[in-house]
Amino acid sequence: MNFLFRYANPHQFMRLSGAVLPFAAAATALCLAAGLYLSFSVPPDYQQGTTVTLMFIHVPADVVAELAYGAIAVCSLLSLVWRHPLSDAAARAAAPLGAVFTALGLITGALWGKPMWGTYWVWDARLTSFLLLLFLYLGYMALWNAIEDETRAARACAVLALVGVVNIPIIKFSVDWWSTLHQGESIMSGKIAGVYMAPLLVMMLGYVLLFLTLWMVRIRTMILERRARSLMQKGLQ
Amino acid sequence: MNFDMAPYGAYIWPAYGISALALSGLVLWAVAAWHRAKSRLAALEENA
Repeated sequence: MNFLFRYANPHQFMRLSGAVLPFAAAATALCLAAGLYLSFSVPPDYQQGTTVTLMFIHVPADVVAELAYGAIAVCSLLSLVWRHPLSDAAARAAAPLGAVFTALGLITGALWGKPMWGTYWVWDARLTSFLLLLFLYLGYMALWNAIEDETRAARACAVLALVGVVNIPIIKFSVDWWSTLHQGESIMSGKIAGVYMAPLLVMMLGYVLLFLTLWMVRIRTMILERRARSLMQKGLQ
Repeated sequence: MNFDMAPYGAYIWPAYGISALALSGLVLWAVAAWHRAKSRLAALEENA
């Protein structure tokens, strides 16, 4: 915990993230370019045909959507329990990013569902719990904007984030717990043919790196905005 | 590389297009907000 407090204070964060950002951005661009090249180099699947290509953008979006919510929950815990100075900003910064990845997961999933299931949407456990994730993100952002006092807003949002985190294992295990139209877990169980694993893993890495890079940029922005607000308040006194 | 997505191109290309647009938009929005915050702080520090 000492490590976290030593290297994650706003001053150190600005210094370290400033040095890391160009490399993170370059690695993101490289991974996404390589992932796209690999995605359009695979043969059609014997059952799903060319729609297998959708897996390379749908699964990474879903993974990052859940990862981002997990990050918000961890930051919220740090904020509530240890009053970490950066955690509120980090949690708030991740929310719009997570919301966009969640929306992308839903849209690409619907576009994959229509040719494979014959419908864009079905109220099954996986799809419904994932839609709930989008509502959690929207509610979280709305709550931040609804409460004027930043400390109170941070506390209310942290509680909401920690309550909502129960939805993450529900999303993950929904395909095992209930009978769903959505296919079961297939990455860890090795059900995906080897030829599709490389583009999937490279695209997943690209999406995760993109999220981490943008998250750093957003936290840096929030630190600057905080400094600006503090200067304005000093000016008013 | 194979760009022939027939017979499912009508689903695959919009999915890739929407993803590209949304992610590019997210990058532009984050970078623009960073530049705005930076110049606002610089202006405040200059006046302080």
